[in-house]
Amino acid sequence: MDWLLQQLINGLALGSIYALIALGYTMVYGVLRFINFAHADVLMLGAYAAYFIAPAVSTVLPLPSLTGTLIIVLLSAMICAGIGMLIEILAYRPLRQRPRLTVLITAIGVSLFIEFTCQHKAVFGADTKPFPQLLPVHDFHLAGLVIGSNDLVVVVTTLLLLVGLWFIVQRTKMGTAMRAVSYNQQAAALMGININRIISFTFGLGSALAAIAGILYALKAPGIDPLMGVQPGLRAFIAAVLGGIGNLPGAALGGLLLGLLETFAGGISGLSNYRDGIAFAILILILLFKPAGLLGKATVEKV
Amino acid sequence: MHRRTLSLAAFSIFLTAFTGCGKSGGGGIVIGEFASLTGKEATFGISSHEGTLLAIETLNAAGGVLGKNIELLTEDNQSKAGETSNVVNKLISKDGAVAMLGEVASSRSLEAAPICQESGIPMVSPASTNPKVTEVGDYIFRVCFIDPFQGTVMANFVTKTLKANKVAVFTDVKSDYSKGLAKFFKEGFVKNGGQIVAELDFNGGDKDFKAQLTAIKGATPDAIFVPGYYTDVALIAIQAKQLGIAVPLCGGDGWESQTLLDIGKDAVEGHYFSTHYASDAASPAVTAFVAAYKKRFNGKVPDAMAALGYDSAMFLVDAIKRAGSKESKALRDALAASKDYEAVTGKISINAQRDAVKSAVILQVKDGKFKYLETVAP
Repeated sequence: MDWLLQQLINGLALGSIYALIALGYTMVYGVLRFINFAHADVLMLGAYAAYFIAPAVSTVLPLPSLTGTLIIVLLSAMICAGIGMLIEILAYRPLRQRPRLTVLITAIGVSLFIEFTCQHKAVFGADTKPFPQLLPVHDFHLAGLVIGSNDLVVVVTTLLLLVGLWFIVQRTKMGTAMRAVSYNQQAAALMGININRIISFTFGLGSALAAIAGILYALKAPGIDPLMGVQPGLRAFIAAVLGGIGNLPGAALGGLLLGLLETFAGGISGLSNYRDGIAFAILILILLFKPAGLLGKATVEKV
Repeated sequence: MHRRTLSLAAFSIFLTAFTGCGKSGGGGIVIGEFASLTGKEATFGISSHEGTLLAIETLNAAGGVLGKNIELLTEDNQSKAGETSNVVNKLISKDGAVAMLGEVASSRSLEAAPICQESGIPMVSPASTNPKVTEVGDYIFRVCFIDPFQGTVMANFVTKTLKANKVAVFTDVKSDYSKGLAKFFKEGFVKNGGQIVAELDFNGGDKDFKAQLTAIKGATPDAIFVPGYYTDVALIAIQAKQLGIAVPLCGGDGWESQTLLDIGKDAVEGHYFSTHYASDAASPAVTAFVAAYKKRFNGKVPDAMAALGYDSAMFLVDAIKRAGSKESKALRDALAASKDYEAVTGKISINAQRDAVKSAVILQVKDGKFKYLETVAP
């Protein structure tokens, strides 16, 4: 029983990270209808931003501390938001009127470009770097169960950001404009919405989310390298599809489900080898019965 | 039209420039090296490459071999599958390497070995310990011990020194090295009367190991054998500590890297692993090598991979000298006939399987450093 509950905790903690990354994928998709594959690499850049900012901040505010961490997260998120907007302006904006496939392939190109540039010795180098301990760590022991404080932070942050995002998209003027752009770009432009600004904002927001996810991921596994985003990025993408891509609560649900599936499959002696196989087989089954994802709406494509 | 011809001209200049730099003039003896200079196992690749470089520079300063300079051409495989065959093919067919040095990771040496074997180019691996590497053919050699030996050494250590009866094994299924070492450890440990209580797997590069570690914790082992590479092992140690697992972790030479200590910090404290040599061992060969290496690489202390990289190059050039020629058949025979060669990592004799027969050492992480514990003879 302990074993089961502990795996549940492990799974929720892992799933929350996937959920957080999936939020970024799904939001950009919701507005632009394309998958920003560079999202996973912005996540990595966020972790590196924190890695480089942390020593500077620690001279003013000794780490580990909550305020210090908040400042680091805020700065990293701002840096990544800038990078995200820059990627959009340089790589995606010139392709705005091209077929979606062109943009998709460009996104993969941007992703590879960032990964391999960062692996160069003059940039970050390919070796794994030790990530500093930003938050005070405490393990809560409850009747044989262990809950790490970092895991709690991840779950709470994901929930807060989910609510915050939902609020931005549904309740603010910017969010209304985002939804308008998502329905029909031309019509939105005719209504006086500055499309470029809205899309830039979407990328900035998505990249800030990626930075936060990157830092949380690095806190969980404190070794960072330029390829650290690839694996969780792929999982989060799948989580977004599973939940119904374009749907914010769906992304969160998909992430949690994937984290739980992976954890339970991975915890079986002798079967842990097939962890991803088991998790993905179940996902395929779900998508067979719900092709639009768990919370996605089935839409008919007009030709 | 005009623009097109211009770009074509530029392209052809580019091409000639490219092919031009591949051919090495001077008529030196070309030795190819493939290493993981970037990517996941970069620490290993860089260490072994630095050792190799030091050896070649030392040899050239002393006049080279057979009256000629030795030219070392190094290619990076980025720690990636598939890349090794590209670079090895290039080194052999384009650069005309007479022999090949590389690599640390067994999976990637296994990629290069068939190519070297087919082209009749002798290959010496510095640190690939999986037995399959030299089984590829009679042109493939190594200067390190193999996993059956390393696995047995660790199995005996866990039984006799740690007095453990129940052990959990946690294997990286992506790596031939890890799988091989786990297999031989299990065989040795069961033969000693021990019991394997849990067998879990992970994929190298994973960041979350809690699912498997929770299962391991449930099996209440006395020790956990983790034959992985250092980045994964550091994260495994951290997460094991978080889950309240207090038993020692044990592993092989894949652990030895400063990165293990940098990432793992107090979580790796007190754990054990077997490896090829200890830089704090008292032997004149080791002391001289450590001093030379420190002088060449800004005071860096050479790890086992650096020592093996050095040995692999020295060993190969010694064979070229004994063969009296760089012709591949003669060189192969000279390599195969090596006996009691005095290397930094101990005395090397090549057996019928073209593996080095030599001793291993066991180190423990203590106060943030690797501490020499004991030497185990073959």
